[in-house]
Amino acid sequence: MPAPPPKHKPNPKLPRQPLPLLDPERRRRTADEVALGYTAEQAQLEAQRCLQCQKPVCAEACPLHIDIKRFILRIVEGDFQGAHDVISEQSPFPGVCGRVCQHELFCESACVVGKRWDPVAIGSLERFAADHARLRMKELADSYPKPTGKKVALVGSGPASLIAAYDLVRLNYRVTVFEALHQLGGVMAYGIPNFRLPREILHEEIARLQNMGVEFVPDFIVGKTATIEDLFEEGYEAIFIGTGAGLPYLMGIPGENLIGVYTANEFLTRVNLMEAYKFPESPTPVRVGRHTVVVGGGNSAMDAARWAVRLGSDVTILYRRGRAELKARLEEIEHAEEEGVRFEFLAAPVALYGDENGYVREMECIRMELGEPDESGRRAPVPVPGSEFRIPAETVIAAIGQAPNPTLQKSTPQLVTRRGKIVINEWGETSIPKVFAGGDVVRGGSTVILAMKDGRAAARAIHEALSGAREAREEVKA
Amino acid sequence: MSALILDKRQLAPEITWMEVVAPRIQKRWRAGQFIIIRPLEHSERIPLTIVGSNAERQSITMVIQAVGKTTREAVSLEPGDSLCDVVGPLGEPAEICAGERVLCMAGGVGVAELLPVARAYKEAGNTVVALCGARSDSYRILDAELRACCDEVHWATDDGSYGFHGNVVQLLLSLAGPGSFAEGHVIGPIPMMKAAAEATRGWGLKLHASLNPIMIDGTGMCGGCRVTVGGQVRFACVDGPCFDAHEVDFDEMARRNRAYRDLEQIALQHDCKLGLR
Repeated sequence: MPAPPPKHKPNPKLPRQPLPLLDPERRRRTADEVALGYTAEQAQLEAQRCLQCQKPVCAEACPLHIDIKRFILRIVEGDFQGAHDVISEQSPFPGVCGRVCQHELFCESACVVGKRWDPVAIGSLERFAADHARLRMKELADSYPKPTGKKVALVGSGPASLIAAYDLVRLNYRVTVFEALHQLGGVMAYGIPNFRLPREILHEEIARLQNMGVEFVPDFIVGKTATIEDLFEEGYEAIFIGTGAGLPYLMGIPGENLIGVYTANEFLTRVNLMEAYKFPESPTPVRVGRHTVVVGGGNSAMDAARWAVRLGSDVTILYRRGRAELKARLEEIEHAEEEGVRFEFLAAPVALYGDENGYVREMECIRMELGEPDESGRRAPVPVPGSEFRIPAETVIAAIGQAPNPTLQKSTPQLVTRRGKIVINEWGETSIPKVFAGGDVVRGGSTVILAMKDGRAAARAIHEALSGAREAREEVKA
Repeated sequence: MSALILDKRQLAPEITWMEVVAPRIQKRWRAGQFIIIRPLEHSERIPLTIVGSNAERQSITMVIQAVGKTTREAVSLEPGDSLCDVVGPLGEPAEICAGERVLCMAGGVGVAELLPVARAYKEAGNTVVALCGARSDSYRILDAELRACCDEVHWATDDGSYGFHGNVVQLLLSLAGPGSFAEGHVIGPIPMMKAAAEATRGWGLKLHASLNPIMIDGTGMCGGCRVTVGGQVRFACVDGPCFDAHEVDFDEMARRNRAYRDLEQIALQHDCKLGLR
């Protein structure tokens, strides 16, 4: 009999392993991924810092409830594939989540080690397990039996639909995902830059779902190409709406329609989805002048700013609150700073001025100070009278948030919405029976991981509705 | 979805008519709506008006003017080839009145885009008068198709080689005045649409203009196609593409449409250097 593996002796006092990064100077000139990922040695050192708590609060804090301590133990033991398998019980996207999830708000904020030292780098370990398995998966193309159950349609191929597809296909549903654009992934394809999430990672994790039998239909706009009613007529028994928040807010200031003024969505779609950074090898151009001003403080603002740096511009992020109030992932803020993005805090745009040909040239801004907390609980920025100042701006990118895309809602008037957001009940169901919704179309602009949490809940609700389990639950309640 | 090309015809120099299989779009589209195509993998996304459809062949038709890199790629494809992506129908259908004398005005490739609107007007029981403009006789397109659905068709050519000698707005002024029409629709180059709007201001004519700004996704996501109409910012892809011509800020739209002109030249030259097409 082989000897049992030596008992794991946690060592939380080891310093947290830093994530190796591409040199900032090189980053400014390439679209290559910024974070390089752990070596096996680093991953095992970092994994040893995990206490293997009796009560794993990290898994509770994870919106997908990944069995974190168990996958970390596998890494300690050198079973990297096993670590990936443990994550896969809950998530089809360790490569994506290991890169874009705000771990500092979820698992890592709960980590017990973090009470005294730095928390275990759970995100980086997740990414390590994913990347290790990915290299092997190329050799072993999984092939799964085709599902034979009821037909379910998922609208939008972003994070909410994709995890719902993963859960439903494993329950033997025949799942079709409809996508309006020509590429799959939703916001992960058009919004998140390559240097944060290399496209092959996204494509391979989606290909995994395809292998499992999920059908993907791009260039199909539910609400335009077919309606919800059409889909029911075609035999789909439940529909999930995960169409996200794709309607950009505009700044509403004079000069907003000058040439060179973009919404973050347009700018990021041009660069990420249409690969404008390769122009003229790619046919879609993007206009980036010497000075770029990005307005906003979320992830899209950081993404747009960091792309503008790579496209050769001096970049300033204008944010109406202070650094502490930035909503972006901490890592992206730090990376932006390292790459030379300047921040102008407590300032807001007032007007844009252009030249005689209609190109934007200057931005007028006004200083802000923080007043009383607003409905979001954060202190509201208040303009300081007479504090206007001007800065050069040949490119302006408004990254000030977005509302749900109304296309499907417009074609489906019986769908109840509140300020553009689809209203759902405790079962995740909309005002139309057997039509469910989740992610940003319900929440407004949020994050990838919360969209996944909603997609998972919706998959469960769909399963309960289609298998009769919900009626049983309702009876018990009554 | 990719779409098989069934047929292709050269209507005039640089203007190509194309029929592709698109069963779902064929079933649902209405006059005034558009599609977005990508001719090849890695092409740009370009919006095109839906010109017609054929239920038996489950097809839709479009007309493409080869001006930039992507439109040239599109017209280089042959029957039997497929367009890489076709998505639609996009935008809101044109507003069609009933029982009126209506004006249908178009210039250049806009004549093709006008055709479904003229048909819809006719089917709704209107008297349809079409005024069309072309550079010269050899650039006139779809005349027979228009005559089949209009009560009157008049042409203007810039060089006088056919019909009225002059532009289509001058033709309009020579034929009509305040009170001539209750409603109308105009499609064409921006200066022409602007001139048509100016010429008919105060005529008591409700004139719809079909706009063609720069567009990326066509679903309301990017905001690149924003236009100012009656002082309000609207998205041509989802709020339009048809708006009240008398309310549109055509000067701003013309400026925005020029945003990439220099870069389009670079893209074309880049292709030439590579020896492509």
